[in-house]
Amino acid sequence: MTTAIELAGVTKTYRTKQGDVPSLRPVDLAIKRGEVVAIVGPSGCGKSTLLKLVAGLLPASGGAVQVNGAAVTKPHRDVGIVFQQALLLPWRSVLRNVMMPVEVKRLPEAEYLQRAHALLKMTGLSGFADKSPWQLSGGMQQRVAICRALVHDPEILLMDEPFGALDALTRETMNLDLLRIQAETGKTILLITHSIPEAVFVADRVLVMSERPGAIVASYEVDLPRPRNLDMMGDPRFAELARQVRTHFHTQGHLD
Amino acid sequence: MISRVSAVAKPVLFLLLLIALWDLSIRVFHVPPYLIPAPLDVIQVLIADWPDLFAQSVPTLSATLLGFVASAVIGIPLALLIVSSKTVEDYVYPLLVFSQSVPKVAIAPLFVVWFGFGLVPKVISAFLLGMFPVVVSAVQGLKSVDSDLLDLARGMEADRWQIFRMVSLPSAAPAIFAGLKVSVTLTVVGAVVGEFVGGNGGLGFVLQRSIGNFELPTMFAALVLLALIGVVLFWLVEWVEKLAIPWHSSQQKSFNQGS
Repeated sequence: MTTAIELAGVTKTYRTKQGDVPSLRPVDLAIKRGEVVAIVGPSGCGKSTLLKLVAGLLPASGGAVQVNGAAVTKPHRDVGIVFQQALLLPWRSVLRNVMMPVEVKRLPEAEYLQRAHALLKMTGLSGFADKSPWQLSGGMQQRVAICRALVHDPEILLMDEPFGALDALTRETMNLDLLRIQAETGKTILLITHSIPEAVFVADRVLVMSERPGAIVASYEVDLPRPRNLDMMGDPRFAELARQVRTHFHTQGHLD
Repeated sequence: MISRVSAVAKPVLFLLLLIALWDLSIRVFHVPPYLIPAPLDVIQVLIADWPDLFAQSVPTLSATLLGFVASAVIGIPLALLIVSSKTVEDYVYPLLVFSQSVPKVAIAPLFVVWFGFGLVPKVISAFLLGMFPVVVSAVQGLKSVDSDLLDLARGMEADRWQIFRMVSLPSAAPAIFAGLKVSVTLTVVGAVVGEFVGGNGGLGFVLQRSIGNFELPTMFAALVLLALIGVVLFWLVEWVEKLAIPWHSSQQKSFNQGS
């Protein structure tokens, strides 16, 4: 398998009037194509910074960020991003929100319109294409955001605490949906999350980050079989993995 | 439909009540007509002098509308410049605020000297009063665009123009319309100020002439027409707002229902 995302000695320091604030210590990371990697870490540890570096939204202070072998210096078309908030534009219908990247990137409208409809169908939103965002529940809005991130068919899906604003039951459903979408599309996923069970349930590999300035302090392979189902959360292997991940936070402090 | 009728009927009812109070106080306190005219006298003047009053409304309305259009056409791009360039903000914005503290009545005669007695000085006076609220609210609206939304657009490889067109401008539209609504009522005032100092026509001129001649009913009739112009223009802007950003009010409605 080829490498989708590669970070070599990547650091990030924010320059402020009060002086330099280091956000990331040197991070080395390689994510294979089709792999699902979850990053857990305390608030302000630089997880979101890491994701923005991969997206090309921020320049690295040191080291090299590569996506599909090409150096990342600015936003590029190999990624789709889902944020914690759905960030749907209220003046656009659901379908027009999904089609926004197609408009921005000036891709052929007709071809991608079909793709948008297919994505909405896959996420159970077929009947909602012409609705306005505010007519949808929080979970449905986040599904639209996922469709929007996937519409231009990027190889990589970057997700920054995508289900953090949802209630626990909706969150479980969304985790199952994400697994299904990943199985159907084979996308590489980098998921940033606060939830240890979510990380273990969804990912092939869970990375643990330290407090700011962040660094990757541990990596766990999740050997649970796919397709996964909610019953696996009762599996002893699941419980053991979650426990191991959790020990990092008891020695460090809290997740929040 | 019933609620829409009552929405119009409520202020009208209140206005009728105020007029009744006005009439009543004049009778009870024996206010002489050279201080405050009775409502009926004003209405009589409105009817009797209607052709003249209507003719005088036309230049005032023209100056107001032109001043308002200029406020929007110059104010919104100016706000955009202020928001997109720190240099422009540092140099221009304070001067703009400074220009607002200069009383327009004091400098209005200058425009007469420069541009004569025609429409131009009135339009400039209306524009000077009307532009400021447009700039201030547009700057505020454009500055408070959600930074996550900007990240989202940048992440899609959107260029500056696309970000402005697809994200910033619609996000700022409610604030811009709020500024336009304040502006449209102020441009009426600006036009009248222009007519005060250098006019031989317009409702501002009628106001001055009737005060000079102690024709208080005529003066009040002109005030009524000015108020009407202000209200109608305000409604027009509100109507355009509803057409231009329907998502704004409907979203608010559903949020209110949700809570």
